[in-house]
Parts: sequence; C-alpha cells; structure tokens
Amino acid sequence: MPDPISSASTPVLRTRQLHVVLGGRQILHDINLTLHRQEIVTLIGPNGSGKSTLVKALIGAIRPLSGRVDIATGARIGYVPQRLHLDPTLPVSVARFLDLPRRHSRQRVSEALHDAGAGDLRRMAMHHLSGGQFQRVLLARALLMQPDILILDEASQGLDHKGTAAFYKHIEAVRQRYRCAVLMVSHDLHVVMRSANHVVCLNGHICCEGKPERVALSSDYRALFGDHAADSLAFYRHDHEETADVG
Amino acid sequence: MLDDFIWRATLAGILVAMAAAPLGCFVVWRRMAYFGDATAHAAILGVALALMMNISILAGVLAVALLMASCVSLLSGRGVAMDTLLGVMAHSALAIGLVAVSFLSGIRVDLNAYLFGDILAVGKQDLGLIAGGTILVLSLMAWRWSALLTATMSEELAHASGIQPRREQLVLTVALAIVVAVALKVVGALLIAAMLIIPAATARPLSRSPEGMALIAGGVATVAVAAGLKSAYVFDTPTGPTIVSVAALMFVLSSLLSWSYQWVRQ
Repeated sequence: MPDPISSASTPVLRTRQLHVVLGGRQILHDINLTLHRQEIVTLIGPNGSGKSTLVKALIGAIRPLSGRVDIATGARIGYVPQRLHLDPTLPVSVARFLDLPRRHSRQRVSEALHDAGAGDLRRMAMHHLSGGQFQRVLLARALLMQPDILILDEASQGLDHKGTAAFYKHIEAVRQRYRCAVLMVSHDLHVVMRSANHVVCLNGHICCEGKPERVALSSDYRALFGDHAADSLAFYRHDHEETADVG
Repeated sequence: MLDDFIWRATLAGILVAMAAAPLGCFVVWRRMAYFGDATAHAAILGVALALMMNISILAGVLAVALLMASCVSLLSGRGVAMDTLLGVMAHSALAIGLVAVSFLSGIRVDLNAYLFGDILAVGKQDLGLIAGGTILVLSLMAWRWSALLTATMSEELAHASGIQPRREQLVLTVALAIVVAVALKVVGALLIAAMLIIPAATARPLSRSPEGMALIAGGVATVAVAAGLKSAYVFDTPTGPTIVSVAALMFVLSSLLSWSYQWVRQ
C-alpha cells in the first residue's frame, strides 16, 4: 500500500464498508470509520450495538464478511481488552504477563508500568491485583508495543466513577506522551464529553458522528439514548463551556 | 541397565511424566480436563481398530486420538454445551472401543493392559517410541510456549499480538494425541488424564510462574512414578493405579500445605 503516513491529518486506521456477520446474524454493516494520527475517537452505542465486535474486527480477532480494515504501514496497535479472565490455576506475575509473548527489557517494562500509572507492580501476582491495578497493567501491556493506535474496549468497566475519571485522564497523558491515536469504547457519556475529539455513535451502523456537542444534539443520538441522556450531555457541555470561559 | 525390566519401566514412566507435565498444565489452565479424558478414552477404540486392520497399535491409537482431539477442539469453538458434549464423547469413545475389542474374538487381547497400563512389560522398542514421543512433545511445547501461554490467557490479546489462537489450539491437540499414544502402555487409557491433571494441580500451590508450575509438575510426576513403582512392587498392587494413587497423595499434601500456610499468614 503506497500510503506512508506523514502529516497529522492522514488516517492511521480506516475501515471501508465493513460488514460483520456472526452466527448468521448481521452485527455490523457499512462501517466507514477513520482514525487520524493522535486523534481521540470515542465509540458509543447501546448494549448490543456492535461496539466490541467492531473493536475485535479492528484487531483482527474477527474476520469481516466484506469490506476491509486498512492500517497505515508500520503502524502498531496496542489493545486493552474489556476484561480479562485469568484462570486462578495459572500463576503469573505482572512482570511475566508483560513479557508475553515477547520479552522486553526490564527498563522498558518499568517505564510502561509507570506511564500506565501502575507504579511498581512488577513483582505482584496478577490475581492479587485490584480491578483498577489490573486495568492499568493491561494498559502497560499495550504501551509496551509502542503503539501508534491505542484501542480500549470499555476499559473502565469495574472501576468506580472516580477511578474511571482518573483512568481517562491518564489516557490523555498517555496519548500525548506516545503520540498515538486513541480509539475507545465507552458507555460513560460524561467521560466522552470531556475527552473526545470525535464521537462515533454506533447501532449496527454508524448512525451519527462528529464533535461531541453536535452528536449530542442530533436526533439519531436522542433516539438511541433518550432525551434524558441528551439533556445531561447538553448540560455538561454548558458546564464545560462556562469553565472554559473562566479559564 | 536397559535389560532390566524395572529400569525400563522406571525410565518409561519418567519419560511419560515429563511429557505429560507441561501439557497437563495447559489442560488445567484451559479447563480441558474432559478434553483429555475424551482423547484418552478414544485410545481403546484405536487399539481395536489397529488390531482389526493389523497395523501397529501406536499408529492406530495416534490416529484415533488425533481424530477425537480434533473433533472436540473443533466443536469447542461452536458454543455447543461443552461440558455435556465432552461427557458424552469421553464415555461413548470408551464404550464403543470396548465393544469393538470384544468383536476381536480370534485374537487374544489383554484388555486390562490397555485400560490400566502394563508398565512392567515395556520393551526396548516401546521405550524408544516413548522417548521419541516425549522429545517430540517437549520440543513442540518449548517452541510454542509463549504463544500458547498468550493464547491461553486471552484469545483477543493473542490476536492483537499476531498469534492465531486456533493454531495454538491445534498444537495442544497434536501434543495431547502423542501423549495419549505413548502413555497408553504406561498408565492405560483410564488413567492418562490423571497423569495430566494431578501433577499440575499438585504443583499449582507451590508455583509462582507458569514455567515453575510446569517444572514442579514434572518433578511431582517423576516422584509419583518412582514411588508408585516401588510401592507396587512392595505391596504387590497394580502399577498404573499405584502411580496415580501416589500422585493423588501428593496432591492432598500440597493442598494441605498451602491451606496451612494461608491459615498461618492470616
């Protein structure tokens, strides 16, 4: 593909007419998604709208029926799964977990853990970690790949409100440090408003997308999430703008 | 030394123990206990077919075990109720195998040897085959170790790292079929799954890394083979079941040890 990435506006990931069928059921159709360098795109949508399926198609875990996923040449994907069930019979320390499938230098592992906000958990056993620590180790694992694209699938699941906010604040810092694009799936609309450049609203297909404020006002969005959610977003936006004025 | 049947038996047992230990860890981690059972039980069917077609027992067992393991592994991706299905397959394979053997009226078949093993009858040629199988399985496991571990922890993380979980599953399937084929003579079809699971389960509370667990499981299995052979000789008990009993005893000890350790720490 003669498409070397140079400027910030070239896409680092793009899907064309992606069509996914699982077990005879159409989950996704006509997905045209573009992710630019260093951009944060948030994927929202109700349960069963195909958010996780789309993410799995992007990382190559699901083969689409038709359409394609193009990734800029040489771009690496760091993936943070929704959750990971480690069987309790499998003893593994954080350090060993981060060394799979490829070994990394001790210094890089420590760096990645630090960047993920996981501090010094190297010697801990994975199944002794709290939910928040576990999530940060998964993030560190993605960062070890020096990703150009960081994909997070509802990574805040299992965290409380405060924990979620802290986690997403961290993602923003990580994006700046690693200069990577971020695609995250979220159901927390407040977080979406705060941190996304671009919101994609999914319901089997992309029903609306754009700047968070514009998506919140669209009728498709209201139809999906109800007026209440839309109002709370509008309220948040208002709040946010006021703060911005003061600052 | 190899002219002495006790030495051949000990060596055969230790070789099987070493092949079964790392594979057994994956069987435990991936919750494939029934998978091991189904494949091992299918071995009896393999024996029957080999005798009917007058081919080597090892080839027959290997073929049928491979077929069974592939069937189970193929079905496991389809979201069928695995627990029930594996139960059905494990026991039908055994039953159909026994029925098939009974048709072989013309040939004298020592069924007990295949069900419970006949380690004391391991010949030099058997020993060679067992050694070959063990080396094959250990090389396969060493070669794919990191990929296997990653795929075991999470299929999606494996995909994201460029590993195909289906291919790794196939590696385990092949390794399992080989272990079943070489372990048949040593512990018999009914107890192969025990040699996979018990040493790994015994090693779990004593280990802090996947590699450590595989090594300790190998040690546990080796001790069980050596002590089992000795006890079988002293008490004049059947060898295969005695080896498994010793392994079971070690499992109980290791569990008690870990419980008391946790109790003291609290």
